[in-house]
Amino acid sequence: MRYDSLLESVGRTPLVGLPRLSPSPDVRLWAKLEDRNPTGSVKDRAALRMVEVAEAEGLLRPGCTILEPTSGNTGISLAMAARLKGYRLVCVMPENTSIERRQLLRMWGAEIVSSPAAGGSNEAVRVAKQLAEDHPDWVMLYQYGNPANAEAHYATTGPEILEDLPTLTHFVAGLGTTGTLMGTGRYLRERVPGVEIIAAEPRYGEVVYGLRNIDEGFVPELYDASVLTTRYSVGPRDAIRRTRQLLEEEGIFAGISTGAILHAALGIAARVVKDGGRADIAFVVCDGGWKYLSTGAYEGTLDDAEDSIEGSLWA
Amino acid sequence: MPSRGTDEWRPCTMAIEVRIPTILRTYTDGARSVEGSGDTLRALLSDIESRHPGIQERIVDDAGLRRFVNVYLNDEDVRFLDGIETSLSDGDVVTVLPAVAGG
Repeated sequence: MRYDSLLESVGRTPLVGLPRLSPSPDVRLWAKLEDRNPTGSVKDRAALRMVEVAEAEGLLRPGCTILEPTSGNTGISLAMAARLKGYRLVCVMPENTSIERRQLLRMWGAEIVSSPAAGGSNEAVRVAKQLAEDHPDWVMLYQYGNPANAEAHYATTGPEILEDLPTLTHFVAGLGTTGTLMGTGRYLRERVPGVEIIAAEPRYGEVVYGLRNIDEGFVPELYDASVLTTRYSVGPRDAIRRTRQLLEEEGIFAGISTGAILHAALGIAARVVKDGGRADIAFVVCDGGWKYLSTGAYEGTLDDAEDSIEGSLWA
Repeated sequence: MPSRGTDEWRPCTMAIEVRIPTILRTYTDGARSVEGSGDTLRALLSDIESRHPGIQERIVDDAGLRRFVNVYLNDEDVRFLDGIETSLSDGDVVTVLPAVAGG
């Protein structure tokens, strides 16, 4: 396939079957390989769309500074787009994110403002909103509330999956900004009667939930619970176990959040088998494992791996 | 962690483990998890309230679960089950967590 520039090549990722992890010929798992995007993650879709919409609306003009709270992948996608389009990028990032993410952001020329580990991305959002007040000329794309995030998936991820898998019955993805699930979920619900949309939400270590007050929690503005069929919380042990299993059995080297998504997908597959039904379950491989090698998740015992990512934002 | 089902002296109705987030452990003397009983989440919360006064209203208000609180029954969000009327059984694990951002 030929494209005029790297930006044009976002999306159209492969959907690959998992013959070894699928429980039966009637209940099949399919992986949407979003690590095949230009910067290696699903976030390229949302980031590029948010930039393009902001340009079309006249918010972003040459020389502008983009501001974004991000635990990593969105920042990396924006950094690539900003570099190619001539914007300055300031990312607010929790300090408990992997070293590779920081290195990549700096490589693409982004500036990083660190937010405290306690409170995770909630704190990054709070710090970014403060910076936006202090710098009214900066453009905060704000992935948690920007409709272009979900629209990117409504316009691309959803149609791609359905075209490749018209017999789809379930879609499983990670719940962060909720953009992937909201956009893809809406598209599929409009076209596939009875389709189930399942969220896999990472359950982090305690420091990430270290809010001062329970009323300081955060629900992304994009989130609409009616799009989802259900939502599972997946802890680090299951996420790491499934990440390793995906590599060992199907050869796919994915990041840790993908393990959490696979865990939910396998749970659904087992339930369908028990009920004697059929299913084609598509799930999102959010990114490859490269950015997480330093976390220790890929080597040693599960206990050690779980200990080593305790307290980090692994998804 | 206390092992369930092996302690003969524990009343048989006290069979649901409730995992408490850091931010609510002021109500549980610092305990990471407490045990309780109840046929529904509503009954369970009322039961733990009797031993940990004040905790219930941090999790629910008149409208149901508070906006920034998530409750999971065996890892499934109860908002997609029957909310605070969700049925519970012996051996279930209920996890309470504040809502946090991802991405």
